[in-house]
Amino acid sequence: MSEWWTYSLRDLLLFSPQTYYRMFELYNLECWPLQLFTLAAGLAILGLWRRGGSAAGRAMAAILALGWLWVGWAFHGHRYATINLAADFYAWAFALEAVLLLWLGVIRGGFAQTTSAKMQQRAGLGLFLFALLIFPLLAPFMGRGWAQAELFGLAPDPTALATLGVLLFAGARPYWMLFPIPVIWCVVSGATLWTMESPDFVIPLLAALLAVAGAGGLAGASRRDAQA
Amino acid sequence: MTSKLNITRRRVLGALAASPLLWSAKVRARSGRPAARPIPSSGEAIPLVGLGSWITFNVGNDRAARDASTEVMRNFFLAGGRLIDSSPMYGSAQEVIGYGFRKLGRPADLFAADKVWISDGDEGRAQMETSRRYWGVPRFDLMQVHNLVAWQDHLPTLFAMKAAGQLRYVGITTSHGRRHGDMAQIMASQPLDFVQLTYNLFDREAEQRLLPLALERGIAVIVNRPFQQGGLIRKLERHPLPPWAAEIDCTSWAQFALKFIISHPAVTCAIPATTRVDHVLENLGVATGRLPDTVMRARMAAHVNKL
Repeated sequence: MSEWWTYSLRDLLLFSPQTYYRMFELYNLECWPLQLFTLAAGLAILGLWRRGGSAAGRAMAAILALGWLWVGWAFHGHRYATINLAADFYAWAFALEAVLLLWLGVIRGGFAQTTSAKMQQRAGLGLFLFALLIFPLLAPFMGRGWAQAELFGLAPDPTALATLGVLLFAGARPYWMLFPIPVIWCVVSGATLWTMESPDFVIPLLAALLAVAGAGGLAGASRRDAQA
Repeated sequence: MTSKLNITRRRVLGALAASPLLWSAKVRARSGRPAARPIPSSGEAIPLVGLGSWITFNVGNDRAARDASTEVMRNFFLAGGRLIDSSPMYGSAQEVIGYGFRKLGRPADLFAADKVWISDGDEGRAQMETSRRYWGVPRFDLMQVHNLVAWQDHLPTLFAMKAAGQLRYVGITTSHGRRHGDMAQIMASQPLDFVQLTYNLFDREAEQRLLPLALERGIAVIVNRPFQQGGLIRKLERHPLPPWAAEIDCTSWAQFALKFIISHPAVTCAIPATTRVDHVLENLGVATGRLPDTVMRARMAAHVNKL
């Protein structure tokens, strides 16, 4: 696109807010009753973290990887791509994150270890619980109804937020390679919501900010642990 | 005249509540056909108001939304509309238009306008063929180079297709007031039938150079973003419509804004996009009433500038 820098974000929005949110409604109908499984999977992540140990850490990473793979394929590839020309790229990015989670989290087993960065751990836990339990309430709270709720493991925003949360509370050291895609997605989603004048645009942006700051804290803690 | 229109409008709205079919029939019977203006290169007249599909028709696979778009199309054609404009850049809009035609049947006097939007000139024909299949039309009436993307590559292809009878008119587009200098150069050097550009009460740069050039060169002008995607109307609606707007049969800011555009002598057609049947009928209705003359146009522009 020539002179792309002269376009505002609003000029690049291809769809109306009605179409965007209705997409979640149709997607939820199509996925039902998968919502129950993804909620259970989210709670299972918490249980596995509490249990601790290498096997539990690998299982947590596997659940997250499955979520990213599903969102990439089912949401971006088959739903969002019908209204957004960029959604195919998003699908590939989500698939890549799934592969990274499998590699670093499942094969190399980096999750569920203890960390000395307690503040980051609490922030991560809060972010994860918000993504799992509060995020689905945003749709009805903002007058869009339950049918348009966005859930962890099915919709991209809560999946990205929950993953960032897990990376903060269950990683002994930050796996830098796991952060960029969810953080970038949060920025993309925040920008999309902003152009649609949706007041919840701040949520993914704040989550991205929290994750980046938390990752910085984790890196410091990791260095201290190594020196000690 | 204005009160007569109001009564018609009220009746029409009442009829809508009773039945969308009845509404369409009444509009057709009462309001007459929209005014048309000739395409300079051929003399073929097209209605002053067409239908855009940017954002509004990009509804994906949502069956209910596709049906709503079909209803907009049906009322557009029943009220005398002809030109629908789309682009491969508009997501699913082309498919939705094709869906509408499969439901409605393709009107005999349809004026199908689409765009080629791909940076590789060699891929242009394939993209246009894909677009044609989405629409379900035997050929496009007008094919435009979208946002001047690779225009040096695409224009020769389009002129060759026109010569071969694979399309009837060739054009180029821009929007948001971009690349007017490049557009003027192409208008001056290429045998274009159409240009498409942004022109409205707030975006009037085209008046300086492009619209006079179009008149001089005998190039038809399609106007996009007549309402700035609704933003223009939202800004104007903070203020009361001036009472003298009744002199040109305006009862709303949307009518006021659209009449300003289509009354410019260089403008062949404006293409507002909408998801609403009442809006598409209101838009076409604008082309059935009185249009402002030069003095009134200046008054309209001055009034809006003061707001």
